[in-house]
Amino acid sequence: MNALTTGIAQRIGGWFAKPSEQVVAAEQAALRSDRFRLEREADWKRLDAILRRMEAGRTRALSDEDLLALPVLYRTAASSLAIARETSLDAALVAYLEALTQRAWFLVYGPRASLWSWFRGFLGGGWSASVRGMALEIWIALALMVAGTAVGWLLVASNPEWYYALVPGGLADERVPGATRAVLQRTLFGNQDQSGMSVFAASLFSNNAQVSILCFALGFAFGLPTMLLLIHNTGMLGALLWLYHGQGLLLDLVGWLAIHGTTELFAILLAGAAGIHVGRSMAFPGNLPVMDAAAAAGRRAAQVMTGVVLMLVVAALLEGFARQMVDSTPSRLIVGGFMLVAWSAYFFAFRRGSR
Amino acid sequence: MALALKLPFRRAPRGSDAARSQAWRADADKRRRMVISPEGVPVPFVLASRGARAAALFLDLLMIVGAMVGSTLILIWIASGIGIDVESSASPAHRAIQAMIIAWIVVMFLFRNAWFLFFELGPRGATPGKRICGIRVAARASGGNGGRLTTEAVIARNLVRDIELFMPLIFVISAGVEGSDTEMAGWAGLGWFMIFVLFPFFNRDRMRCGDMIAGTWVVEAPRKRLEHALSVGDAARGRSVETGAQYRFSDEDLAVYGEYELQVLERVLRENRAEGLRDVAQAICGKIGWSAGAGDERAFLEAYYAQLRARLETGMRFGKRKADKHSKPDKHGGKA
Repeated sequence: MNALTTGIAQRIGGWFAKPSEQVVAAEQAALRSDRFRLEREADWKRLDAILRRMEAGRTRALSDEDLLALPVLYRTAASSLAIARETSLDAALVAYLEALTQRAWFLVYGPRASLWSWFRGFLGGGWSASVRGMALEIWIALALMVAGTAVGWLLVASNPEWYYALVPGGLADERVPGATRAVLQRTLFGNQDQSGMSVFAASLFSNNAQVSILCFALGFAFGLPTMLLLIHNTGMLGALLWLYHGQGLLLDLVGWLAIHGTTELFAILLAGAAGIHVGRSMAFPGNLPVMDAAAAAGRRAAQVMTGVVLMLVVAALLEGFARQMVDSTPSRLIVGGFMLVAWSAYFFAFRRGSR
Repeated sequence: MALALKLPFRRAPRGSDAARSQAWRADADKRRRMVISPEGVPVPFVLASRGARAAALFLDLLMIVGAMVGSTLILIWIASGIGIDVESSASPAHRAIQAMIIAWIVVMFLFRNAWFLFFELGPRGATPGKRICGIRVAARASGGNGGRLTTEAVIARNLVRDIELFMPLIFVISAGVEGSDTEMAGWAGLGWFMIFVLFPFFNRDRMRCGDMIAGTWVVEAPRKRLEHALSVGDAARGRSVETGAQYRFSDEDLAVYGEYELQVLERVLRENRAEGLRDVAQAICGKIGWSAGAGDERAFLEAYYAQLRARLETGMRFGKRKADKHSKPDKHGGKA
């Protein structure tokens, strides 16, 4: 009984309530498509206002109500668009709804993480997970680098003329076959007075930084240039090793290289692996279209490459300062070895939050 | 002849103007991609023109270089103001200053990369340069289905930018510093640069290498205001406000035009230029055999627009569409 009376009261209230402006306008419109538009216009305008605030970067200023309404309003706009296309010939209205839906889509399905929160996730597991994701390529790149070093050594050992072909002139000033032990030793020790800054700046944009970025970039020519680049550059390393070995300075050279080289060569290894990863996914895309396979591999490789850039900065710092300050082979080896162990542990033993 | 000499900048004749707008529309059609949203609604994306992208990049580089040079100069000015001599290497404070300079180099190195990342990950998906040019980054559709723009994708496309743009530059400069074969290096750098610059000209979706690797594309940022409804005013109901005249059109009067003409009429009404209104009103009167009056064109056209649209939309609901005036008149049309 009570329910009945309230029901009647509600209905009578519905009959005699003052109709809203919107409803009046809709009832007066002659065209059905205009009635459709006038009934929904308020929702679209609300969505428009929310989008404008969010696009201006004032998401925090939005009320919770508006934020919760966003996905609902987005779906309303999308379905309005579908209906308007079938029933309305108002071209401006359809264009407006298309733009509105697209803008809402960009925000509703936008990047989930800001740069900062992505970076935290990147350091806290994302990076090492990506590195582990391309384990096969890392082994390939490592094999190529070892092979390149061996080839460089053997070539120069068989004919010293090869040295000039492998090592570019600018890098090897006085380090040439036939140089005395004293000359070679001077290049390794006692450079404390050298300005750390110029060494740092030079090495940041040096040969190795270029090589590692190139390795990744050339990956999408199916990875072949990447492999050649790895072999060629480690060939240079092999030639240098041979040269110092001839004067019994092999261990000292290794120490001189290791202090920053373990970081730098690790970075080159990862960059090469990233390049091969992209190249391999394009050559053998599996069930995906080539473009999609390249995109999927490219995203993982990009994570690794961001890390490579950081590693190169660390390597440049080590080269510019640590090498000048630490002037004995054992301590250089310790620093280099420590870096190697630290990086390996970070990449392969640190598994928190891996996706 | 004399007029032509006096006024070299005359308005182009209407014909060529129309042809140009036709060509522009054809280009816009070629750049249009229909992408299905996750809700199943096709939404059109318009790929950004290569010119807009080049301009956006130029603006961004200008801002980055400006910020870097400006902030460095300010720091130097502050340093000299406090009385720090960067040149003298004997002072004990020298090492500390050196460390600070290096930190600054690293910051600048990261700043260039972070600029693109930070802005493209924001809600607008565009750097300030792109925003000025009205374009943004979006996830490329695979198989017609739109995806989500991920953080990794944005990072990938910007890492490759380094290789496309900055590497050849550094390559040439470092070759110049080392003094070996500058000319050769110059040509190699140029060749490299050209390969990447011309890349967007050789694929359908105008992607550069970074877009290809990351699975993104650059599209025009949608921005449209909701125009007022043309068919709800007094005039649309056939009654002219100015003259009080009633415009009623018979079925035959309305049957001559289709959807294309309706949209042209809509555009003319929205532009609301007197000469345009007059021309179109005369054309319609000629076509339907009314005698064209003057002074009340807008009311006449609004009435014709509303009634033509009512007729075509009724047809639409019954599955009969008339694309333009050339398409065959539907036998049963109008009676429904």
